[in-house]
Amino acid sequence: MNEIKAPAPVHSIGVRMPMVDGPEKVTGRAMYAADFLSPDALVGRILRSPVAHARIVRVETAEAEKLPGVKAVVTGRDCERPFGVLPIAQNEYPLARERVRYRGEPVAAVAAVDVDTAQRALDLIKIEYEELPAYFTAAEARAADAVLLHEERAGNIERDVVFELGDVEAGFAAADLVREETYNCAEVCQVQSEPHAAFAEYDAERDRLTVRASTQVPYYVHLMLAQTLDMEKSRIRVIKPHIGGGFGCRTETLNIELICALLARAAGGTVRLVASREETFITHRGRPETDVKLKIGMTKEGRITGVDCEAVQRGGAYSGYGVVTILYSGSMLYAIYDIEAIRYTGFRVLTNTPPPGAMRGHGTVNVRFAFESLLDAMAVELGLDPFAVRRANLLKAPTFTTNDLMVNSYGLPECLDWVEKASGWKKRKGKLGPNRGLGMACSHYVSGASKPKHWTGEPHATINLKVDFDGSITVLTGAAEIGQGSSTILVQCVAEVLGIDVSRLRIIASDSAVTPKDNGSYSSRVTYMVGNAAVDAAQNLKGILVAAAAEKLDCRPEDVECLGEVYRAASQDQGLTFDEVVMAALKDVGTLTVKGTFTTLPESQGGKKYRGAAIGGTMAFSYAAQVVEVSVDPDTAEIHVEKVWVAHDCGKALNPLTVEGQVEGSVWMGLGQALSEETRYHAGLGITGNMLDYRVPTIVESPPIEVKIVESHDPHGPFGAKEAGEGSLSGFLPALASAVADAIGVRPSELPVTPDRLMELMEKRPPQAAAAGGKPRAA
Amino acid sequence: MKTLLSLTVNGRQRDDVVADNLLLVDYLRETIGLTGTKIGCDGGECGACTVLVDGRPRHSCLTLAATCQGRAVETVEALETDGRMAAIQRGFHEKLGAQCGFCTPGMIMAAEGLLRAKPKPSEADIRAGMASNICRCTGYVKIIEAVQAAAEELGQ
Repeated sequence: MNEIKAPAPVHSIGVRMPMVDGPEKVTGRAMYAADFLSPDALVGRILRSPVAHARIVRVETAEAEKLPGVKAVVTGRDCERPFGVLPIAQNEYPLARERVRYRGEPVAAVAAVDVDTAQRALDLIKIEYEELPAYFTAAEARAADAVLLHEERAGNIERDVVFELGDVEAGFAAADLVREETYNCAEVCQVQSEPHAAFAEYDAERDRLTVRASTQVPYYVHLMLAQTLDMEKSRIRVIKPHIGGGFGCRTETLNIELICALLARAAGGTVRLVASREETFITHRGRPETDVKLKIGMTKEGRITGVDCEAVQRGGAYSGYGVVTILYSGSMLYAIYDIEAIRYTGFRVLTNTPPPGAMRGHGTVNVRFAFESLLDAMAVELGLDPFAVRRANLLKAPTFTTNDLMVNSYGLPECLDWVEKASGWKKRKGKLGPNRGLGMACSHYVSGASKPKHWTGEPHATINLKVDFDGSITVLTGAAEIGQGSSTILVQCVAEVLGIDVSRLRIIASDSAVTPKDNGSYSSRVTYMVGNAAVDAAQNLKGILVAAAAEKLDCRPEDVECLGEVYRAASQDQGLTFDEVVMAALKDVGTLTVKGTFTTLPESQGGKKYRGAAIGGTMAFSYAAQVVEVSVDPDTAEIHVEKVWVAHDCGKALNPLTVEGQVEGSVWMGLGQALSEETRYHAGLGITGNMLDYRVPTIVESPPIEVKIVESHDPHGPFGAKEAGEGSLSGFLPALASAVADAIGVRPSELPVTPDRLMELMEKRPPQAAAAGGKPRAA
Repeated sequence: MKTLLSLTVNGRQRDDVVADNLLLVDYLRETIGLTGTKIGCDGGECGACTVLVDGRPRHSCLTLAATCQGRAVETVEALETDGRMAAIQRGFHEKLGAQCGFCTPGMIMAAEGLLRAKPKPSEADIRAGMASNICRCTGYVKIIEAVQAAAEELGQ
């Protein structure tokens, strides 16, 4: 007779649970792409263009090929087919063909027995370039006589977006105050801890390829490997090992993994290609430099009557995500406040710099900086409290925005209330003494893009569960765990539905030979979409287990009680153990493989009022508000962030510990962009390609961040959950700028607000404001 | 030139012939196969490669292996006892001091070195002691909590 412990379902959702793969990370056992050190692996190395824009006249590799120890040399000649993340804009080659378009672009690569030989081989490759005019700013590239980077992109415009919804001019006419300002945000880069790396094994005997790559999107890598190597997809296996962060730079296939695979096939063996930190900077895919011109109309009560926004992004040399980025910048003017009339003009410009990509907060951050900054300045000018201005413009959910975005849950009011109270805003604002100030701002983000880039008709997410004789449950997912905790969340979702402890579950993530396809970890889609698929799979499994238990217990399925690991008929005292239920379920059918899927609602997929209006469409938006307290050194213009209070509406915190971690990380990444981070180039040459010149904040200058989780319970999210890992980032930038304005009376409009930039602003300050130490005046 | 290097790595005596220009980090990762220690930059910028040499934190990417003659080198792989995590590892795991985990081995070794020198560090001590380790995920909030939790556990 089985002993039955006090039966009760175990809860996993809402529990502060450490990550399921935490032990591997803290013991050094976690294997990242560069940790695969097979003794027979060849060393891959890339030769990069020394010029920013040129025609490739001649490529000579014979000398390099002759060098003993060199096993493969590949060039653009071996790359006949382009790649790119958007099916409509694939114009990049793993190795440049005919033309290079940015300094550092890969032009050739070698695989050799060791690093020294590989390096010597690179030195022996001769490439003759015929230089072309190069453009390092959007303005230069847009000049009428500029040479086109890509013949099919007239005016070097990757994409222009123009829409006007509502009557903007009428909105301005109805306003009591209309203000226009310009803002500039420097280009920034993810600088995830792990430099890019790939490990490719080519089986020449069977014509099969296995690639381990530091990617957020193993599925896209799989597609692009097949495309650029002209191999059948079925011959390729992509495995995502542990990943040292991504923040968006790995949400598209990078040339690193493609070149590694090309080398492996050419060498007929195994190649390890590990990018240096400088090469990782050059590979880039960060946030583009953005100029924003913004005009807002406001009534004296703080109601926004009209918005006119122009954004120009320096888009780098290839398309990448560019079209999506410039569309997000416009569409995400909506869905945070109730605004009827918006005109948006966006230009994504091709330049001879490394291509930016989809960095955390994709497309929304720099425009949000401008928007919230101008709201704050106008509030000050109208004598209104910045909180009151936000409250005067709140949405009422559920609703659809003017550009047809679906908003079902909206915790922004509660976020505002909490940060206002926690920061002591009402008591402390304006009373902190000289050179010290408070600023606030709001932000939001999507929980996955409802319309996928590859419209294949498949569900948005699929989860498989395997249950076998041993009573263990294996969660199989393509969702890429990159440090954000997706594997932990998916295990929690399955465990919660079944009411069992997570220790009965294992998860295998992202191995194309084993796990179902997933689009990958980007646009904060995984918790919402794959979480819902996990819930669906677990419910399907539970149905099978309940039916098996009912048969065994000789009762109706609806009479079976699931009490954690004990299944019993309502009327009985005795029940079945989990093992007994599983064995009953395996009878006649054997090993169980259960599937769950998730598909977004059609009405969440954005509208058709302008070309590209699907971008921004999502099942749910996260919302955040934050207050930043700063002190400014009047002599050095150095800003010290004293504290941040942030409230984030994630619908429901499936794991409050990891939600906090995501929100803290987002706010802090915003801090880096606001204060110190900036990629710079000299004649196209990256001059900040290391972590000393590119200033990532250290533990010394990083402030305490107090996080409040707001739960608005989204009707369609898994257990009510929505996005947690991106939405809090963009609010930091304007909150910081407003805090600086509060502290010293000048408002920064260029990021990052380095001491030299701020000193210049302070020196232009009117003498009385300087003497007062700074009460804000009209912007 | 090559040197016969005699040292202990994680408590085990080793004798290896190493090139004089071999970095300690490459010796650990490629010669021995201890890949817990990470390389996150092109030299001395990020701290992911931090190990203990004679009990004190060192950037193994700025240290020649040959200079560790007769010394005791410890990496993240050395910390567990009988398969159970050390206090500092438990702190990082349970407090979520590790997200992606790539900076974590270096962070943990820097923290371990700090706690050996200062068993009861103040928050300022923690910030100063880990100033040369960059984390890109956490904003350091939970790293500070992780080190504090470990100090508390060790103090009991």
